[in-house]
Amino acid sequence: MTVDTLRLSAEEANGLLTRREASSDEIYRAYLDAIGERDPELHAFLYVCENDPGEGIPIAVKDVIGTRGIPTTAGSKILESYIPVYDSTVIANCRERGLRVIGKTNTDEFAMGSSTENSAFGPSHNPWDPSRVPGGSGGGSAAAVSAGLAPWALGSDTGGSIKQPAALCGHVGLRPTYGTVSRYGVVAFASSLDQVGPVARNVRDCAFLYSVISGRDENDSTTVDVPAVELPTAEDLKGLRIGVPKEMNGAAGIEGGVTAAVQSALELAESLGASVEECSLPRSVDYGVACYYLVAPAEASANLARYDGVRYGLRDDGADFREMVMKTRDAGLGDEPKRRIMIGAYALSAGYYDAYYGTAQKVRTVIKREHDALFERFDVLVSPTSPTVAFPIGAKIDDPVAMYMNDVLTIPSCMAGLPGLNIPCGLSEGLPVGLQLIGPQFGENTIFRAAHALEQAIGFDVVPERLR
Amino acid sequence: MTTGVGSTEPEKSGGADLRGAGAGSWEPVIGLEIHVQLKTETKMFCRCRNGFGGEPNSQTCPVCLAFPGALPVPNRRAIEETIKLGLALDCTIAERAVFHRKNYFYPDNPKAYQISQYDEPLCARGHLDVPTEHGVTRIGITRAHLEEDAAKNVHVAASGRIHGATATLVDFNRCGTPLVEIVTEPDIHDAETAKRFLQLLRQTVVELELSDAELEHGSMRFDVNVSVRPAGSDELRTRTELKNMNSFSFAAKGIEREIARQIRIYEDGGVVEQETLHFDPAHEESPPLRSKEEAQDYRYFPEPDLVPVEPGKDLVDRLRATLQVLPGARITRIAETLSFYDADVLVTGGLDRLWTSLVDAGADPKEAANVLANQFVAAGIDPGTVDAGELAKLVSARAEIPRAAFDEALAKVGERGFSADPYLEQKVVADTAELDPIIQRIIDANPAQAEQYRSGKEGLLGFFVGRVMKETGGSADPRVVNERVRALL
Repeated sequence: MTVDTLRLSAEEANGLLTRREASSDEIYRAYLDAIGERDPELHAFLYVCENDPGEGIPIAVKDVIGTRGIPTTAGSKILESYIPVYDSTVIANCRERGLRVIGKTNTDEFAMGSSTENSAFGPSHNPWDPSRVPGGSGGGSAAAVSAGLAPWALGSDTGGSIKQPAALCGHVGLRPTYGTVSRYGVVAFASSLDQVGPVARNVRDCAFLYSVISGRDENDSTTVDVPAVELPTAEDLKGLRIGVPKEMNGAAGIEGGVTAAVQSALELAESLGASVEECSLPRSVDYGVACYYLVAPAEASANLARYDGVRYGLRDDGADFREMVMKTRDAGLGDEPKRRIMIGAYALSAGYYDAYYGTAQKVRTVIKREHDALFERFDVLVSPTSPTVAFPIGAKIDDPVAMYMNDVLTIPSCMAGLPGLNIPCGLSEGLPVGLQLIGPQFGENTIFRAAHALEQAIGFDVVPERLR
Repeated sequence: MTTGVGSTEPEKSGGADLRGAGAGSWEPVIGLEIHVQLKTETKMFCRCRNGFGGEPNSQTCPVCLAFPGALPVPNRRAIEETIKLGLALDCTIAERAVFHRKNYFYPDNPKAYQISQYDEPLCARGHLDVPTEHGVTRIGITRAHLEEDAAKNVHVAASGRIHGATATLVDFNRCGTPLVEIVTEPDIHDAETAKRFLQLLRQTVVELELSDAELEHGSMRFDVNVSVRPAGSDELRTRTELKNMNSFSFAAKGIEREIARQIRIYEDGGVVEQETLHFDPAHEESPPLRSKEEAQDYRYFPEPDLVPVEPGKDLVDRLRATLQVLPGARITRIAETLSFYDADVLVTGGLDRLWTSLVDAGADPKEAANVLANQFVAAGIDPGTVDAGELAKLVSARAEIPRAAFDEALAKVGERGFSADPYLEQKVVADTAELDPIIQRIIDANPAQAEQYRSGKEGLLGFFVGRVMKETGGSADPRVVNERVRALL
C-alpha cells in the first residue's frame, strides 16, 4: 500500500505497522522518498540516514541532539566533522520504543536564532511558502513534520525554538516543564533553559512522544519524576479556566490577523465550556526578553567554550594553544554565537555581574512568581505564540533585536520553567497562526487536554495548502 | 615513606633570623590554601575510575572529556567525605551548597570551566587546633569546598617547561577527579606553625581515609600566601603567593626566605609586588611565575547543570558519629608523657597508636618513641603489621643485645609470626678480658693512625671503634669499646 506521508499522523503510521498493513522498512522508505522529493526545496535536513535500525516508525531529530554514529553539527561549522560516541538519553528512549532516526534537521547555529538563517549550512524554507522562514531555531524539524518528511520530530527549546517554528509552520510543538526531559547528550546552549520536546502533527502524537522522552534520568541531575502522561480524548473544555494575559495579546507588533485568529479560537473555547478571563503579566512581558538575553548568553558563553579544537570538531592550527583556539573559534563559529558569547562574557564579568547576570536572575524569580500567582486562578494561559506569521527569508537577518523580539511571547514562560504548547488556530494571509497554551509546572496533561479539545474544534488542516 | 618524620629533634631554622637588625618589629602573616585529592572509587562528576597511574587517557568518558551534551552528576561519596573533613575541622556544614562554574581557557581544562564552589561552599568557618611546644595555636579555616581536578599537561620539550616546548600532550585521567580545597584564615605567623599545620592536616585527612595525601604524587598540594606587617599592627599588606612546594620542610624554608625578602624590601623603603613565586629549593631566590596584573576574571556563576547540594541533618549527624579522636588532640595528650616534639612526630607520622600499644606492653615511653621515630621509620615498616608485644620486647632489650641483632630484628618486625626471642638470646660483649686482645691487635696493625691519635687527632677514635665493632660482628658493647680503645691507646 502507499504510505501518504503528507497526511499520516504518527499514531496512524504506527497503526499501519501494528495492523501489518505496512512494514517498518516500507514506512521508513516512504519518508525517505518524501525527503528526496521535497527536501531539495525545503532544506529541512542536514543529514539523512539511509537505514537507521529499529522496528518502529521514523523520527526526525534536531541536529543539536546527539546521535551515536550519526553526525551532530548543531548547525555549526565547528562541529561539522563531529560524530558522537554516545546517544542522548532522549534518543536512547526513542530507540527503546523502536523509533528509527530518519535524519538530522536544520537548526540555527547552536539553536541561536528564530529563523534557521543562522545555520552555518544555510536556511530551511517554510513548506507553506518557501520564500519564508520556517521559524527557529528548530525550523528544520518544523518544516520536516509540516511537509510530511517525518511523522514527528524532536526539537529543543530555549526561548521558543519548538513553539515558534510550530506556529510558523502550522502544527503542534511542546516545550515541556524544565526538568521533565533529560538534556544528556544534547548540545548545550543555555543549560537552565534548554528543554527537548516533541514536534508533531497533532496533540495526541505530541503527548505520546512526550511520554516516550520524559522522566528522571540519572545522567541529568536537573531531571525529576514526571506524572504519568494521559493521552487526551476530551472534546469539551468544561470547567477549564483560561487566563488571557493582556500584555501578551495586545502587545505592539502583534499582527492583526494573528490577534483575530487567536480571538476566534478563544471564543470557540468559551463555546466548549471554558471560562475566559483577562489577566496580567506586566513584568514578565516587559522584562522577559531583556532578562533572557542576559541569562542565555551568559550560560552559552561557558557552554560554547569547550569548542577549542583540541578533542573533536574543527581545528585550525596555530603556533600555540591560545592561537589555535582563537583561530579555530574564529573560523568555526558564526556571527550569532560570537555575538552571544561576547554578551554573555560581559554580563558575567567582575564588576558587571551584579548589574547584569545577578539582576537577570532576580528578575527571573519575579517572572516565575508572577506566573505562579496566575496559576492559582487559571488552569492555562493563552496568547499568540509568535507576534507574526512566517516572515520572508532575509527580512530580519540584519537586525538582531528585531529577530530577538520574535520570541517576546514565548520567552516569559521559558524563563519561568513552565510548559508551553503551540497549536495552529487559523490562517492569516494564507499562513498559519499559532496559539500558545501555557500551563503550570508539570501541567502537561492539562495542556494536552485543552489543546486536544481546541484542536478538534478548530479543525485546522496541517497540510500546507500548496502541497495538498 | 611518610613525609616529615625521621627526627625527634626540632629542625634548626635555616632561614632568616627575625631577631636580627631591628627585624623584631615585623610580624609575618601567613595563609594557606591546600588541595587534597579524594580517593573515591570514581571521579567527581562521572563514573570513570579515580586512580593514580593507568595508561594516559584510559580513564575517560564523554563527561570528563567535555564532549558536546555531556552533563555532570555529582559523586555522593565525595560530598560526604568533604562534609566529614569539614566536621573534623569544626566547620559549619552548609544547609545549601552550590557548585559554580569557574571559567578559563587552558588545555588541561576541557570544558573551559572548572566546576568548583564559590560563595556557598559545603564547609565554612572552622578551625584546626595545632599543638606547639608553647601550647595550642588555633588556625581558622575559612572554607573547605569540593571541586574537580584538571587534566595533566605534558609539555614536550627538553626543559620540561612551557617556554620552548614544541607541543603539549594532555592526559585526561586525572581530569574530573574530586578535589577538596581548604583555605585558612591568615592566622599563622611563623613558618614552623605553617609546617605543623600542614603536617597535622595531612595526618587528619589520611586518618579520615579521604585521601592518600601524598605530596610526591600530587594528591596533596598547597600554596602559601605570605605578607609581613609592623608588629602590633592589624593591617594586611600586599601578599605574595608561593607555589609548587613538594615538601613541608621546603615550605617552611620558602616561607622564611620570603618573609626575609619582604622585610628587606620594606626596610630598604621599597614596595612588595603582588606576585606568584615558584619555589625552587635548588636556588636561593624564588623566581616570580606571574604577576597578578595578568590575573584572570573567572566569571563565576552558579552551575546550571547541577542542583544545590542540601545535606540533611541526619546525614551530617551520621558522618559526625564516624569521627574518632583527631590527631591534634592526640598530640596534646601524648605530650603530657613525652616531649612535644616526640608527640608531634609520633602522631603526624601515624605512629602514635603503635606507640601506645608498646607502652601498654611494658616498653619505656621515651625509648619506644625513639625507636619508632628513628630505626622503625628508617626500616619503612607499616605500623599496622606489627605485633606490639614482640616489638616492645625488642625495645626493652635494645641496650642488652648487639646492635646488629637489634637492626636485623627490627627489619623483620612486620613479618607474620615474627618472634623477638631468638634475637634477645644474643648478648652484647662487654667483657674487657674478651675485648682487650682484639683492640690491642687492631692498634698494633694500624701504627700510623695510633701515632696520629696520640699526637692529638682525637677524631681517629671512631676509626678504631669502627674496626673493633666490625671485627666482633657488631656484638661488642660500643660504650665499653670506646672506653677501652681510649685506655689502650
